Parts: sequence; structure tokens; C-alpha cells
Amino acid sequence: MSSSLVVLVAQRIALGILLVLAVSVLIFAGTQILPGDVAQAILGQSATPESLANLREQLGLNQPAYIRYFHWLGGVLTGDLGTAMSSGQDIATSIKERLWNTLFLAFWAAIVAIPLAITLGLIAVRYRNGWVDKLISGLALASTSFPEFFIGYLLVFYFAVQHQCFPAISTVYDGMSFGERLQAIALPAAALTLVVLAHMMRMTRAAILNVMQSAYVETAELKGLSASAVIRKHAFPNAIAPIINVVMLNLAYLVVGVVVVEVIFVYPGMGQYLVDHVTKRDVPVVQAVGLIFAAVYITLNIVADIAAIVANPRLRHPK
Amino acid sequence: MVDGKAKSGPLLDIRNLRIEATVYPPGEAPRTITLVHDVSLTLEKGKVLGLIGESGAGKSTIGLSSMGYGRGGVRITGGEVILNGRDILKGGKEGLRKLRGRDVCYVAQSAAAAFNPAHRLMDQVVEATLLHGTATRAEAVKRAVALFKKLSLPNPETIGQRFPHQVSGGQLQRVMTAMALCSEPDLIVFDEPTTALDVTTQIDVLSAIKDAIRDTHVAALYITHDLAVVAQVSDEIMVLRHGRLVEWGGTRQIIKEPRQEYTNALVSVREIEHQEQQPGTTPMLSVKNVTAAYGGGHIKVLKNVSVDIYPGQTLAVVGESGSGKSTLARTITGLLPPEQGSVVFDGRTLANRLADRPKEDLRQLQMIYQMADVAMNPRQTVGTIIGRPLEFYFGMKGRERDKRVAELLDEIEMGKGFIDRYPAELSGGQKQRVCIARSLAAKPKLIICDEVTSALDPLVAHGILKLLLNLQQIEKVAYLFITHDLATVKSIADSIAVMYRGEVVRYGPKSKVLTPPFDAYTDLLLSSVPEMEIGWLEKAIKGRRMESAGN
Amino acid sequence: MRAIRRIPLPSLTGLVLTALFVLAAIFAPLIAPHGNAEIVGDVWEPMSAAHWLGTDNLGRDLLSRMIYGARITLFIAVLATALSFSLGAILGFSAAVFGGWYDTILSRLVDLLMSIPTLIMGLVVLSVLPSNLVTLILVMGILDSTRVYRLSRAVAVDINVMDYVEAAKLRGEGSGWIIFREILPNALSPLVSELGLRFIYAVLFLSTLSFLGLGVQPPDADWGGMVKENKDGIVFGIPAALIPAAAIAALAISVNLVADWVLNRTTSLKGGRG
Repeated sequence: MSSSLVVLVAQRIALGILLVLAVSVLIFAGTQILPGDVAQAILGQSATPESLANLREQLGLNQPAYIRYFHWLGGVLTGDLGTAMSSGQDIATSIKERLWNTLFLAFWAAIVAIPLAITLGLIAVRYRNGWVDKLISGLALASTSFPEFFIGYLLVFYFAVQHQCFPAISTVYDGMSFGERLQAIALPAAALTLVVLAHMMRMTRAAILNVMQSAYVETAELKGLSASAVIRKHAFPNAIAPIINVVMLNLAYLVVGVVVVEVIFVYPGMGQYLVDHVTKRDVPVVQAVGLIFAAVYITLNIVADIAAIVANPRLRHPK
Repeated sequence: MVDGKAKSGPLLDIRNLRIEATVYPPGEAPRTITLVHDVSLTLEKGKVLGLIGESGAGKSTIGLSSMGYGRGGVRITGGEVILNGRDILKGGKEGLRKLRGRDVCYVAQSAAAAFNPAHRLMDQVVEATLLHGTATRAEAVKRAVALFKKLSLPNPETIGQRFPHQVSGGQLQRVMTAMALCSEPDLIVFDEPTTALDVTTQIDVLSAIKDAIRDTHVAALYITHDLAVVAQVSDEIMVLRHGRLVEWGGTRQIIKEPRQEYTNALVSVREIEHQEQQPGTTPMLSVKNVTAAYGGGHIKVLKNVSVDIYPGQTLAVVGESGSGKSTLARTITGLLPPEQGSVVFDGRTLANRLADRPKEDLRQLQMIYQMADVAMNPRQTVGTIIGRPLEFYFGMKGRERDKRVAELLDEIEMGKGFIDRYPAELSGGQKQRVCIARSLAAKPKLIICDEVTSALDPLVAHGILKLLLNLQQIEKVAYLFITHDLATVKSIADSIAVMYRGEVVRYGPKSKVLTPPFDAYTDLLLSSVPEMEIGWLEKAIKGRRMESAGN
Repeated sequence: MRAIRRIPLPSLTGLVLTALFVLAAIFAPLIAPHGNAEIVGDVWEPMSAAHWLGTDNLGRDLLSRMIYGARITLFIAVLATALSFSLGAILGFSAAVFGGWYDTILSRLVDLLMSIPTLIMGLVVLSVLPSNLVTLILVMGILDSTRVYRLSRAVAVDINVMDYVEAAKLRGEGSGWIIFREILPNALSPLVSELGLRFIYAVLFLSTLSFLGLGVQPPDADWGGMVKENKDGIVFGIPAALIPAAAIAALAISVNLVADWVLNRTTSLKGGRG
């Protein structure tokens, strides 16, 4: 590790922290300063002036916005996410288990999707312009055009209703065995995998093809290396950085996909929690969950950046 | 070499080679074009055959066919390629793989792109040798180090530990030659190995390659567009055009007694008669003590530069990459305001910044670029491109404008049928002519020509230079001619400024600048320009060695 | 006729399907056999001669609902795309040409907006805004304009450093000529294919929001909303929810095919003369 590399990585991390802070401002501003009055929105058109005033007082809406922001931020930094208006429960406590559930689901989807996508991407490159490549590209085009719920309900319709091998609703509870849990999340994880698979594969294929067009790949071919050796020894090491980038960007995409998939399978995770409370217009919950989603997304993006920096031989071995 | 019967016939025997490719123009149906039409050649063991021709002559395609390789959609559709007595096209993929990197090796034009940035040089140099199992790693490394020494690379013991980006372009080109020689092949294909290099670097690489070929007795196909270069290294030369054979003969015969008209044109392309004009009394444009920098003053690219241009004359600015010659043009045009010094035009000082210059100043100073492709808006027709300065500076409209555009098209020796064409429908030379017409349309006093011929084939470049000289006679326009090519300079300049690392190291009328005694850099530059003469390379290298011994 | 035959089959399929969707949307009241909210039968009747696609969760004719749904889906998606596209392209071009602090501020702001997933930001904002069509179109358009901004700025920056733009600047041309005559004609083909992608994205985003119950509000329904209405039938083996979902996919695929074809046609630099 050279010092310039350390500096670059440190810069990226600092940038990430700055970005999360800026996003917290944006999310706060988005829910507080927009034309709709939160209190009015919660109580609806039939609200009396007194009840409105009471609610405003209760929400602290009478204080200036920046004070409320710092109050909120201070809470977030110390692990206090506030209380939900609709249920009066502590948000941090309600989130803990759901966050774990969401990560569990996303983890298994990623474990299946990443190797599968990279393998398929490599196959598409190896047989490029052949029927395998065309088939893979066609399926990828189709599945990027599919809404998540189409994939989700197709899976439910086929595997849960017609063949009944997996549950249509992914109930998880404490004391469930690991195997039971896996079976419960099989369908949502499959749906998530399919959602990111096509993107990841297309981007992997493009990244490797880009490398395959380099002059050094021709050099390797002219040394007599076999097609798979060319890909393995010469294309792949240079494609690692773009591929890691692709993987991270798609994991970030998965963070969004999880919201819809959780709703489809009524899975008790963060996504469903967020959608529920958006419908209930429960602002503190929306702020907290939105910030967590954004922070995860930003972290994955920064990791992608850092991976690209570390994998670059010009930066690893400076002149 | 592999089996006994090879000893009788030639090493490489290509018979009636036919190569085709499928092209996919956007928005049109794909079609098949023929790149090489029935070309035959033979090459004896240990001999060097030069393949020469303009772009599109099919020389690289033929070179790669000796390895059974086609770039992109290129296919060998007819003929035989017989290497060591066997038709390699009949050996299947497996046979080709065994041959590539073992019997035939390749040296690419840009070694910087041809080395994998992720691996150390040594791993790449010995890769083919290890792959084909012709030596152990220790032997191969030893062989590679010996080759590095032979190719006079600095630190031959350790340079292999470096990554490609840590080594200069000229050195990489030599490492690539070592890579080709390492597996001790029968034949090496050199594909323009020195074209991307500066002249002073080119001569060293060329001589290293020549020595290595001589000492290892390897045969070679040497591909280039530069006849003077190929004359230094080849035993025989084959001239190609549009994928067809024009002439094939010994090196001496080709350059001294060419039999075909086309070959003759290539041989004599460098000679343009131009009578040097004496500097007038008052210069039209004076660059006075200009210092300029990029990156907010941190990287000085011009240091105290002063030159004058006289009305109707040509000042040539010569230098290698990084000498600051293009920056000088940017400073004069106002694209890069100087930090110190000034540019005086027609007796008045020009504003430093482009935005502060009046339209009249802009009109008087026009520019022609190196890459004509990107210097014209691809979505505008030739008529719009040439007509716009007429509209913009002189308010010409309609028929009057079209008439003038037609006249200008005549001046650049293109008919008015081109008025509705798009740039994509023109050849390289035609594009550059349109750019010339566009600058002439403004009726300028000075045209800055930034490497205007260096992207063109020699014959086309020749035509452009002649056109520029003719136009100078007619329009009385002055040129600031920026180039790295001394042959061009000799053809057209009235005065010359030699630049090196941001400074003018020699400046004056052409005859003076090109007459000894020379300063060290100008001497190096002049002695590095290949001459079309057998044995020039040895003489030039010898001259250099004596000089460095004298110092 | 010959012109049609020269279009490749996938693009032709895409064109025909897209045209059918658009026609259905425009002439919805003339084509639909029943009214949008009219209850005509039992809940979730299977497909039959009377109701080609069956009936929905309230016993309304699914085919008629689909046709009216096409209208709402296309209407919102088209307006949101138009907004995101014009906003993004204008800001992106001007940022590239003017540069300086204007570019810096806009670009950093867009970076910030793009660092939050669009759906999450959409949900956060929709939790406080009134649920109506104008809000929906504005939120979708503004959030998506960041992507158009990035692309048009990148394309324009690339073109802005080309020699022919430098030549125009050296000639003394003003920003108007440079943006509209030098940059825009050369930026069109990447932008046109982006237009297709943005439209698809708008359709998918709208459907997702409606599916989550935050988009078009009942009794109106776009296709996403219809999936939501009928999703409970899935577990009983009733495929009603799959029909609008499939329609969304079909629309997205056909627009994709058309966009590809347009991109191919417009990259020719020979003025279409081949």
C-alpha cells in the first residue's frame, strides 16, 4: 500500500461521511419544509384548529427547523431514532429485528446472484454473438423491463400456488430454525436475485468486453493462449475493478428492490416497515428508515469506489 | 525448424491470399468487403521483408495472416499460408495456438497498449515460452535478461520487475521486441513498431531491432508506411495498395529504380521545390517573450518564447511531443492566455483572452487542425462548414454565399458537387481540404496549421502541402506551421524555430537553421530523421557514438 | 410498404405493440366494452366470451379496466418523462457550456440527490405531500431529471472539447450557436435512446408506487394499482394480478425495442443517404 493510495481511500471515506450528513439534511428538509404541513397531513381535512395546534406542539413544529434538525441528528448519532407517532413505540427497538431480517434476505439474494451473474457474464463473453450470448442478452433485456412485482407474483403463482413447494407469505418469527428460515425466504430471495441478476450480468459482460477489446488481449491471443486462458489470465485481472464496481452498484440496487419484494411476500423487514409508515404518514419513522436505507446505499457506493482505486495497478505501483 | 522437410522450401510461403471482412455501417445492411486480393509472397529463413503501403493497403492484415489471425470480423477466405512446409490454415484452432508465440511472434505498434497493465513485464515476456514448454522459467528469464541487454535497455536485470506504466514508450517497444524474441521463433511480425515514437527515440529502437534480428537470425515481416524506415531494415520490400500487390523487389531496386509509377511517387514524395523567401522588414505577427503554463501556473510549458512571422511567409515550428509547440498555437489564438509576454499582430497587441478579442482579430487569424475528422461538425454539410465564416464575418447570404463556396471548393481542387456532402462521406485528404477552405473563407492574414499532415498518408500529405503552397501564392497568406516532421519543414518553410521542452533552441531563416554548426539538440533531431538511403541507420548511429565519445 | 419491410422484425414488433398501447390509451372510452368503475359480474370471474380477461376483485370487467389503466399509466409516465427530460437536458447542457460555479453547484446537488435511491427519496417525500396526480408527476419528473442531467452534461462536455467546437469558438460564435448548432445535433442520438429508457423507468416507477399504494389513488387505477387490487387473488390461484403486471412488462420491452431501433437509425452520419 502506497501513501497516495491511503490518501485516496481516506478521501473517499471522508466524502462518504459528508454525503451521509448531507443526505440527512435533505431527508429532514424533504419531510419538514415541503409545502404540505405534517400535522395537517396526519389529521386530514377534518382537523380542528385546536387539535392541529396540539399536534404541532407535540411534534415540536413550533421550533425553528434547524434546531429540530440538530435535535434529530443528535438523537440519530446516539442511537435514539425517536418514537413512532402511529404506535408510540420506540423506533430503534422496532427496527432492530427488521433490519436483521432485511439483511438476512439481501445477503442470501446476493450470495446467489453475484456468482451466478459473473459466471453468466463470462459465458456470454466467451461465446459472444453466439446463440448463448443472444439468449442471455435477450433474457436480460426482458427482465430489466419487468417490474419487481411481476417477477414476484409469477414465482408465487408457480411455486406457491400451483406446486406448493414454498410458502407464498414469508412469515418469520423467533425460535425458527435456520432451515425453516431459509425455506421461508426462498421465494423472496429468488425474486430479488432475478431482479438484480440481469443488470449485474449485462454490466459484467460489458465490463469484460471492454477489456477484451484492449490491445493486450490481442497480444495474449497472438502468444497462443486459449480463449479461456486469455479471459482468465489477461482479461479478468483488469476486469476485477469494473466487476466489483458493478457488483456494489447492484447491491445498492438490491437495497431498493427489497422494499417491493418485502411488500409482496409480507416479509417483516425494513422495506415493509417503511411503506407501512409512509401510508400512515408517520414522519419520524420515514425519516429514520429513509436515512438508514440511504446510508447503506452510500456505503456500498463508496466501497465500489474504493475497490476500483485499490484494484488499479497504476495506483498500487506508482512510478 | 520443427521437422526435417522445412529445410528445403522457404520459411513462409503465402499463395493467393484472399481476406474479407464484414462491415456493419450504422443504419445500413451489413456487407462484405475484400481487404486483400490474391497476394502471394515468400520469405526465406533469416530474411526481412518490408511490407509498405498507405492505410487500407492491407499490410497489417497480411502480416497477421502469417499467424492465422484476423482482427475483428476479418476472415481469411482463400489461398494458402505455408509456414515451414505446412499450410497453417488447415491446422485448425489447436494448430494455430501451437504456432502463435512459438513459431511466429508479433510486435505491435503501441507497446504501451499491448502490455497488460496488471502484470509485471517479466511475467509477460516469458509467458509464451512457458506456455509452449520450450524452456523452464529460469532459462526463459535468463534468456529475457540477455535480450534486454542486447536491446540496450537500462537496468536489464531489474526492468522485468516493473509494471508497463512504469516504463517509457521507447523502452516498452524494445521490451516487446524482447518478448517476441524470447521464445526463439522462426518469424516475427513487426507492425509499425516505431510509428508512435518521436524521431530521436525511433532511431534507437530501430537500431536495436535491426541488431537483434541480425544476431538471432530470425526472419521478419516489417510493416510500415514509412519507406525510409523500412529501407534500413529490410532485404526486400513489397509495395501494396488497396489490398493488391504493386511491386516487389530488393530494397535497393525499390528505392533506387522503382518500376511502378506508384512506387516512384512514394519514393519521391518528400521532395517539394520551394524557394525560401527572405524575411521582410516588419513582421506581421510577433510573439514577444511569452511564458505560459497549465494547471494554474504549476506546469510551465512555454518559457520566454519569441518568434516573428512575416507577411505571406511560412514559419515552421518543429519539436517532439512535449516541446510546447501546440501550446504556442493555443497562446497565439487566445485559448491559453500567457502568464508573461505578449502577441503583437499588425502593429497592435492582441488581447490575451479569446473572449476579449474583437471579431476582426479573430477573422485575421485562422486555424487548421491535425485531425480533420473531429475539426468539422459531423452533422453539417460541406456547404454549411465553408459557408459559415462567409455568413459570420461578411454577412454573405443565399446565392452570393453559395457562389463563393463553389469558388473556394475550386481552389482546394474539389468540385462543387461536394457542397451537399457530409464529412463522413469524404476521404481523409478531402476532409483536410475542406478545413483549409473554411479557414480561407475568412480571408485571414495568418493561418496556424497544427500538424495538418501528420494524420495523413504520405501521398495525400504531399498533395495537401502542395495545395497550401499554391494557396499562399494566390492569397498571400502567412502560415505558422507546427510539425514534428523535419521533411515537411524542409519542403515548405521560410524560417524555422526549433523547440525543446518549452524553449526555442534555434531560430532563423531556413537556410541558416539547417546549416552547421548545429546546437546539440538540433543536431540530434536532424540526424534522427530517416533518409531513403541504404546504410543510413548505421552511419547515423556511428555519428552519434563518436559524438558522445567526443563529449 | 418497402420502408416497413426494411425495419428489423424485433423493432417492428416493438413499434406495433407500442402503437397499440397508445391507441388503446387515446380511444379508451370508445374501445372499452364496459365503464371503468362499472360492476358487471361476480368477483374474479375467469376469462370468458363476455369478459375476455375476466373480472377483478370487485367484479369489474378487467379488460375495460386495463384499457382505462393504459390511459392513466401512459398519461402520467409521458408527462413525468417530458418534465424530467426537459429539465435535465436544459440544465445539463447549460452546465457543460457555462461551466464554473454554476456547473459545480448543479452537479454537486445532483450528486447529492442521486446518492439516495430514487424509490426511497420518493417514499420520503410522498409521506408528507398530498396524494394527487400533480404531486406524483412533479416528484417523478424531478427525481428522474438527475439522471438526464448527468447524461446530457457528460455528452455535452465530450462534444464541447471537440476541435469543431473549438473552431467555432475561435471564429467568435456565441453560446446560442454553440449549444444549438454545434452541440445539440451531435447529442441527439444518445439523448433519444435515453428518452426511451427514461420513459420505461417512469412506467416502472409509477407502477411500483401505485403497487405500494402511494401512486394513483382509487377508484382510478393505473396498471400498478390494478396489481395491488388483485394481488390477494394470487394465493387462490387467480391470475388477475398477473395481467396488468404483464402489460407493464410488454410496454417496457416494446419501448426498449423501438428506442434501440431509433438509436441505430440516427447514428448514421451521412444524412440518411446510406
